Amino acid sequence: MRLRLLLAALAGLACLAAASDPAERLPDPAQEAQAREIFRDVRCLVCQNESIDDSEADLAHDLRQIVREQVKAGKSAPEIKRFLTDRYGEFVLLTPRFSIGNLALWGVPFLVVIAGVTLLFVRLRNRSLDVELTPLEAERLRRLDEDETP
Amino acid sequence: MIAEAGAFALILALALSIAQVALSIAGRVRRSAPLVGAGEGAALAAFLAVAVAFAALMHAFIVSDFSVANVAQNSHSAKPLLYRVAGTWGSHEGSMLLWCLALTGFGAAVAGLGRDLPRGLRAMTVATQGLLGTVFLAYTVFASNPLMRLLTPPVEGRSLNPLLQDPALAVHPPFLYAGYVGMSVVFSLAVAALIEGRIDAAWSRWVRPWALAAWSLLTIGITLGAFWAYYELGWGGWWFWDPVENASFMPWLIATALLHSAVVTEKRGALTGWTVFLSLAAFTFSMLGAFLVRSGVLTSVHAFAVDPTRGVLLLIILGVTSGLGFTLFAWRAPNLTQGGMFAPISRESALVMNNILLAASTATVLLGTLYPLIREAMTGEAISVGPPYFSLTFTPLMVALLVLLPAGPLLAWKRGDARGVIQRLWVALLIAAGSGLLALALVQPKKVFGILGVALGGWLIAGAVTEIAERTRAFRVSARETWRRLVGLPRGAWGMTFAHLGLGVFVLGAVFETTWKVEAAEALPVGGGLNVGAYHVSLDAVNPISGPNYDADRGLITITRAGQPICKVEPERRTYTTGGQTTSEVGLCYRGPSHIYIVLGERRDGGTYLVRAYWNPWASLIFLGPVIMGLGGLISLSDRRLRLGVGRRKEQAA
Repeated sequence: MRLRLLLAALAGLACLAAASDPAERLPDPAQEAQAREIFRDVRCLVCQNESIDDSEADLAHDLRQIVREQVKAGKSAPEIKRFLTDRYGEFVLLTPRFSIGNLALWGVPFLVVIAGVTLLFVRLRNRSLDVELTPLEAERLRRLDEDETP
Repeated sequence: MIAEAGAFALILALALSIAQVALSIAGRVRRSAPLVGAGEGAALAAFLAVAVAFAALMHAFIVSDFSVANVAQNSHSAKPLLYRVAGTWGSHEGSMLLWCLALTGFGAAVAGLGRDLPRGLRAMTVATQGLLGTVFLAYTVFASNPLMRLLTPPVEGRSLNPLLQDPALAVHPPFLYAGYVGMSVVFSLAVAALIEGRIDAAWSRWVRPWALAAWSLLTIGITLGAFWAYYELGWGGWWFWDPVENASFMPWLIATALLHSAVVTEKRGALTGWTVFLSLAAFTFSMLGAFLVRSGVLTSVHAFAVDPTRGVLLLIILGVTSGLGFTLFAWRAPNLTQGGMFAPISRESALVMNNILLAASTATVLLGTLYPLIREAMTGEAISVGPPYFSLTFTPLMVALLVLLPAGPLLAWKRGDARGVIQRLWVALLIAAGSGLLALALVQPKKVFGILGVALGGWLIAGAVTEIAERTRAFRVSARETWRRLVGLPRGAWGMTFAHLGLGVFVLGAVFETTWKVEAAEALPVGGGLNVGAYHVSLDAVNPISGPNYDADRGLITITRAGQPICKVEPERRTYTTGGQTTSEVGLCYRGPSHIYIVLGERRDGGTYLVRAYWNPWASLIFLGPVIMGLGGLISLSDRRLRLGVGRRKEQAA
């Protein structure tokens, strides 16, 4: 949070949802909504970690204009994003691509889950013999469940 | 003079920390109680010395002593008192001093409150805590001393960033740092236990109160920060997946996992190695957070706050301390005893699933934060990882965790009964479905994810209540007996219920706010108005005002619903005289848990003002939920069974 504040202060501006400015809006509400949807995935390149939907920077304003014009001309979201990445590189999109270079990025979270669950199952299989309860142990576990002081 | 005394006290604190390490280790090796006691005395004295240094810096800020470089750079004599005080920890140097204060404070707390720990473990914990104190104090004294004088003091200071001049943000860093650094005790206890070679249920019980305290403080600290971002940054967002936010969120996730795995270790003696691993990881992530925020590696624009050498120093500290901890772990962990066994359907399994999902979530946040750096270093290609990535990875993991959550506390240890749990949860299931259907019927526009989210929130809240109902045998025994059981419930149980309940409240608020918020913006002349949701916002007047250190336009705005006035708010657009930055003070109108959020923007041609209005339904719950969770932690902390004495009695009996 402190970072954001430093950035905001550095740019010398209060961060407002700049894209909602009535002076920039498209007349057709459906097209405007589509443009806003795209804004949220486009990075303001001179700001740090801000989408052009939020930023008041001049560059963000220009990018919004480009996107709005293309939406107005009837281009689809993937076409507009391709246009932007051709110009500015992958950096401009806030959603990283599903590509080989980003394999670890997208894969690791789910790999951790799979590895964890596999480990759990292996452990459970190896030791499944001993889960029959003796009466003494059943009593102790009952007390644990009741949350009494052991 | 006072600043010099403070600087001297800081150096003294460093010397005392070194003495703390040496005396504690010597005492442990020679089994000498006086030496160990002297080590503890040194811990206490180090804390007092840092407190003196901290007070000296605070004094310099309060009296605006601009001959101190840090004060000249970060304060201004026209600033209100609260923000002059808060300026103490507003800069890099000051916040590192706050970090040291918390670190030595926790060291003193272990030395003072840990009397019931076994002697060897206590001495090694105090020694490790002293080692951490030494490292960070050395950094503060030699690389980031906040009490340096200027040869030619300026007449006026350069002022604190105006966005920082806010009550919530004034108290946000102390909570956050206390939470971050609270994890150091857990780290020290883990290192000490690895050296002593004894990790068991009793150890786990000693770790829990410290982890709980740190977790509660961190929860409150993060919430304060989110609330500040919500009303100060002026576009109604409260979480941006910003690297600095992520830096505080990772230790929180790990600490949450630790609290759950420590229960398994304490009650069933299982997961011992994993609990120790998490204990080491929690403070490692705290230090990583400090490094990410303070070094500027993640943001080039951040560079004015620090020079890169400091970042390198922090990285070395991070690498050496956590590296030592994990090396020790790798060396000693194989000797740890394997704990009790359990069936696939059991409380243990549920808690392991909790840990798997929390670990995966942490991995997601870590990757999302660092991957752009790694990728750029390896291939030279720059990519961005923004909020959409986290929605696609973090959110599904969390949803899985939250769906499983209510079942966990209802499962029996070792061998649970799945069918029994489902039978006990059917009421909660009905409530969840009911709340989803209610949202479907009542809220416009209809959005699938919003409806599912509301059902999930209902599921969590109903699940937490079900758990209490089960414990008290509600509706199965007499009301009197239920009441007797309710009063007799241990505080730890209440703590868990509150934490889970708070999570449900948060989910409801977050889902409602993000799904159904309404936004409107118009350039309004004075006397004009705009509609947002069911409300009409009219700009009655705009007056120029002058504050202590800023000039502002203050709007007078009336909010009406169906012609009936319900609120008057006065949002401001401030321009700070020093530095010329502009900030906006939001006008908030509370309608039950919902907010109408008004921002006064810039003056446009023709005398109009840009006015933005948001209808943020149930936004209060976003902040109320985590507060309930933090309170749950504190309630749990007051549980008699968590007091350290219990462990000692056990040890003596053994």
